[in-house]
Amino acid sequence: MSIGFIMMCHTALHRAAQVARYWATSGAPVVIHVDKRVHADDYADLTASLSDLDNVSFSARFTCEWGTWSLVAASQAAAEMMLEKHPDANHVCLTSGSCLPLRPVEELQAYLAQHPWTDFIESVTTSEVGWTQGGLDMERFTLRFPFSWRKHRKLFDKYVRLQRTVGFSRRIPPGLIPHMGSQWWCLTRQTLTAILEEPERKVYDSYFRKVWIPDESYFQTLARLYSTKIESRSLTLSKFDFQGKPHTFYDDHLQLLRRSDCFIARKIWPKADRLYATFLRARDTAPTIAEPNPQKIDRLFSKAVARRNKGRPGLYMQSRFPVRDHENGKTSSPFSIFQGFTDLFENFEGWLSKYVGARVHGHLFGPERVAFSGGEAVFNGCLTDSAALRDYDARAFLTSVIWNSRGERQCFMSSPRDTQDINWFTATDPNAQISVISGAWAIPLFNSSDNFSVIRKEAARLQKLELAHLDILQSMYVKARVRIWSLADFVENPMEPLQTIVDEISPRSARRLTEAPQMVPLEGFGQFLQNLKNQGMQPQLMGDFPTTGELKPYSSRRGRPYLVK
Amino acid sequence: MSIRQTYRMRLHRKRLLIRAFRKRSELRCIMDRTQVIKKSDILAFVTLRNERVRLPFFLRYYREMGVHHFIFVDNGSDDGSVDYLKRQPDVSLWATDASYKRARFGMDWMNHLLRRYGTGHWCLTVDPDEFFVYPFCDTRPIEALTDWMDTYGIRAFPAMLLDMYPKGPIDAEPYHEGQNPFDIACWFDSGNYVISKNPQFQNLWIQGGPRARNFFSDAPGKAPSLNKVPLIRWDRSYAYVSSTHMALPRGLNMVYDEWGGERASGCLLHAKFLSPLSAKVAEELKRKQHFAGSREYRAYSDTLSQQSDLWCKWSEKYINWRQLEILGLMSKGNWA
Repeated sequence: MSIGFIMMCHTALHRAAQVARYWATSGAPVVIHVDKRVHADDYADLTASLSDLDNVSFSARFTCEWGTWSLVAASQAAAEMMLEKHPDANHVCLTSGSCLPLRPVEELQAYLAQHPWTDFIESVTTSEVGWTQGGLDMERFTLRFPFSWRKHRKLFDKYVRLQRTVGFSRRIPPGLIPHMGSQWWCLTRQTLTAILEEPERKVYDSYFRKVWIPDESYFQTLARLYSTKIESRSLTLSKFDFQGKPHTFYDDHLQLLRRSDCFIARKIWPKADRLYATFLRARDTAPTIAEPNPQKIDRLFSKAVARRNKGRPGLYMQSRFPVRDHENGKTSSPFSIFQGFTDLFENFEGWLSKYVGARVHGHLFGPERVAFSGGEAVFNGCLTDSAALRDYDARAFLTSVIWNSRGERQCFMSSPRDTQDINWFTATDPNAQISVISGAWAIPLFNSSDNFSVIRKEAARLQKLELAHLDILQSMYVKARVRIWSLADFVENPMEPLQTIVDEISPRSARRLTEAPQMVPLEGFGQFLQNLKNQGMQPQLMGDFPTTGELKPYSSRRGRPYLVK
Repeated sequence: MSIRQTYRMRLHRKRLLIRAFRKRSELRCIMDRTQVIKKSDILAFVTLRNERVRLPFFLRYYREMGVHHFIFVDNGSDDGSVDYLKRQPDVSLWATDASYKRARFGMDWMNHLLRRYGTGHWCLTVDPDEFFVYPFCDTRPIEALTDWMDTYGIRAFPAMLLDMYPKGPIDAEPYHEGQNPFDIACWFDSGNYVISKNPQFQNLWIQGGPRARNFFSDAPGKAPSLNKVPLIRWDRSYAYVSSTHMALPRGLNMVYDEWGGERASGCLLHAKFLSPLSAKVAEELKRKQHFAGSREYRAYSDTLSQQSDLWCKWSEKYINWRQLEILGLMSKGNWA
């Protein structure tokens, strides 16, 4: 008993010859189909180079175009030749010219001897496959496809659409249940003979002739009629990516391929000298009977496809520049923005960095310079503190800060005095946590010694900016976690909001805040607001400050109201 | 794109091609070995001036990568570059004394030679101080990349210019012939780049890095462009517009994904900040043959005279392409 190989070749014939020689000298008969489009000289070279092997033969040549019947016709012819010339071949394996055996033929034979009546062919019903190209699965079997998908894509699509609207549907021959799967199979002699000698073959062939990509469905469907036992998987390791192209193996996949214990791999880069040299070398180790285990390779390729389709969230670079709202992550990790906190508290940054495990910056978007944490002039990724460079593209600056410091949460202060260019961006970013004490920008004005008319003008400007920002933060497009307090509300009870924010930033620390940040003195602030009003400017954002008297002094021991002590 | 715009681009491209054809008369063939170029060969196209000391490493680097043939244009070298290149078996050489600036910074010459010899080939257009890095470049030759792109019908491969610099004054450690320039200039900026889309040519415009940080911090808009498309499967109808930053037709510039995914991309390690820089800057200032009134060189000479260290404590030391991939400067895309 032995296993016969059918090889479908169209390029890199010297590699196909190498593989054919390897199989033939191991005692496995080989039938080679060479695409008719291959030049006669190249074909002659191939036949000459294998002429010394009597168990290698060449089948009738067809012009094979992708997705057409010619591929099935070619494999039928080759299979007939194999069955006729090599009566001892009890399994027949369909491979391509870019396949490479990873394990010796003896091991494959031993493996097949353990599964004597089993057909290894991936064969799934159309409702269960998710990998079809162009969204066509059942329609492959019920529509007509006179136009080439590769050459006349538009015509192809239009004709499909026309048939859908008209409601055209081909009749599937009775008894056939459409199945699909990888075109690389390994069938038993019995099953293959039954398929090829089927009295209805003419009917089936003329039906499949007009099915789209019949090489993925002809044998897969017919095997279901005759096989006694189908293992719905392919012995050939062949991975397709999201565009339906097979992944290629290179020299650096050597260890991965070796450990996969698969029998045959496709497709190998023709110039991968080391792979060919290693796997086609005669081996002296005792044959092992290991089950193929392609998970590692699967993972490698599915990661590659995910990289191509999803990319790395929050990364903007030369080959990933998503249009708005298709970023799949506007920034790479969560970050926090504090607006108004530095105006209300003294050294708020210092206090915050004690309670959260995060990098706390000052005003990253401050008007004079970028206030990186610790007053540094340069930050991760060589971002400098130059305000001009930052404002040239504020969004890129922010995403770079977050990307460059992956693994560490970033917190920064903001204020209506800062660059406002990123407000829409941060508000629509689910990674942002934005906490605003509205109206706190007035406190530095209250403490300033400037001329009151200057102060009034500045107050009006800042209020306008903050109102615009709050408009954004209250719009329906917001994806960030936004919290807004008026200054009066916050002053009255600062600990509870602070505890909530800190808990959210570092949820695992679960530590009660023991010490409140130092609040700037606010005696007379109410009067200051009244003065602004008297001057004709209406402060709207601070909440209700009594004009006379003091606000209730807050107690740092004030607990969470929902806690029962 | 409206039909009018498309037509304007077409006219622009035709104009570039006619211009390149006209400028061919400026080129004098010194050594023509183009008959040895085989059908599937990968070619490199280079313009140079006085780069004798850098050439041995440059040629070795690209030969090892799998470039089969080099096509050089020498723009008036007087340091023996011509004699050296004439002796190389895989080099074809043209020479010209015409103005670099009036040949659109050499691109007219390149476009002509690309059209003449590059059609049908994968062509890598680089400067002598640019070193191409692509995913898996340490284990796979460049043919693996071009074959892979062929199966996907990809025509162009992007590689951002990554400025490399030494630690300490740029002129401190002299560069010896044959030496790997990145033994000295092995530092780079990993994450201070800004990108915007050029609506006219559809390319991304990338700026940043040490040059923007040190020389253009008050005029960031004038910082040099870093986006490049150096590797293209050339067709006779193609033309580079401005250096290798962008090409026409515009499809060649659309090398990035806009729906969240990542396409494959590489980097061009730029060994510009290497001794003898000060001498070169002085000479280039005198020649006035560079882009935008040589403002880049003026900025160098202004800044380098005061402070010549580009290094800062967040500079990354170059290790390999995987490092650049992790940092997000280049990507494997779906190539595995």
